Amino acid sequence: MTTTIYQQFTDYLRNETPVALATIIEGPGTGAKLLVARVAGVETTSGSLGHPELDRVVARDTAGELEAGRTGVRHYGPEGQATPEDLIDTPTVVVFIESFSPAPQMWIFGAVDFTAALGRVAKVLGYRVTVCDAREIFATKRRFPMADEVMVTWPTPVFEKRGNTLGPRDAVCILTHDPKFDVPAIQGALSTSVGYIGVMGSRKTHNKRLERLAEVGVNSPEQLARLMSPIGLDLGGRTPEETAIAICAEIISRRTGHSATSLKNTDGAIHT
Amino acid sequence: MREILDDIDRWRSDGKKVAVARVVKIEGSGPRDPGAAMAVNEDGEVAGSVSGGCVEGAVVSEALAIIGENAPGRMVTFGYSDDEAFAVGLTCGGIIRLYIEQLDW
Repeated sequence: MTTTIYQQFTDYLRNETPVALATIIEGPGTGAKLLVARVAGVETTSGSLGHPELDRVVARDTAGELEAGRTGVRHYGPEGQATPEDLIDTPTVVVFIESFSPAPQMWIFGAVDFTAALGRVAKVLGYRVTVCDAREIFATKRRFPMADEVMVTWPTPVFEKRGNTLGPRDAVCILTHDPKFDVPAIQGALSTSVGYIGVMGSRKTHNKRLERLAEVGVNSPEQLARLMSPIGLDLGGRTPEETAIAICAEIISRRTGHSATSLKNTDGAIHT
Repeated sequence: MREILDDIDRWRSDGKKVAVARVVKIEGSGPRDPGAAMAVNEDGEVAGSVSGGCVEGAVVSEALAIIGENAPGRMVTFGYSDDEAFAVGLTCGGIIRLYIEQLDW
């Protein structure tokens, strides 16, 4: 049975396999495709751009772009020539390389009202949402139908098992208010390279939490600077939904490094 | 592309021809990054988007032309500072380059 490139491509996308699609968009062979997927850490290639050497060079570059999560255009000769000197006097093959990384993750600790609202907003933004709480009666798929996964467990084992899957694009939001749960969740999150760690609670709760964290040895300024606590931008909202927007808006502004103030009050390009 | 797969699958299982437009390059200010994708079926139904609504209409016409002519994929540029540019442009002043092709692969 032959499977089309499109079928393979969509299968990879749907099962969250990192995949990149290279398409000739101008020049000889326009429309030809090469697909590079990373299955269990190993690159597998299918399709062809029409010349074995071109396939080899583009597959190599595509694997690199996939690793970096980049999408962009590259130029080659019809036989895979890639240096400017080699490209003189040859037709140019313009290749669009598009990387598809798995969805970013949001882990939400604490199965509370705010969790459902935050889960919904996170899904709108394209996150894969995991809800985690140690209390079996609260952490149910029924209460959090939007979550991709609901786990009944303490935080420490989750971070031990899968903390290494968290990276700069991912977020950990700790909404429990309960030091028994908060402290190990914060310790776990700090042990990863996750891009955003938000912790809910009033300023009073935050100060008490800092004391508890110090008791377990979490007190370096670098560690504490990673904690966004109290969580979220100061939008002045009160409802779980408004709070979820304030949290997600903070996540976006931290990622982009923008000021999170009104564009009316700033200068310069909007899309940077 | 991910977000338009279900629509594409539904159209194809109904036997409809489909074209896909993908943003390949943005110069200057642009609302969507490279990779933003929009699918158009032979009836002119649309899934996804490639800009803030500035060029979608023109992309649909172009996609329908490609389906109608059974033509190979081609590049299309929208913006003001390019000779090949179409009459429509991004209101934010940028140039958007798209690759539009039939989904026959």
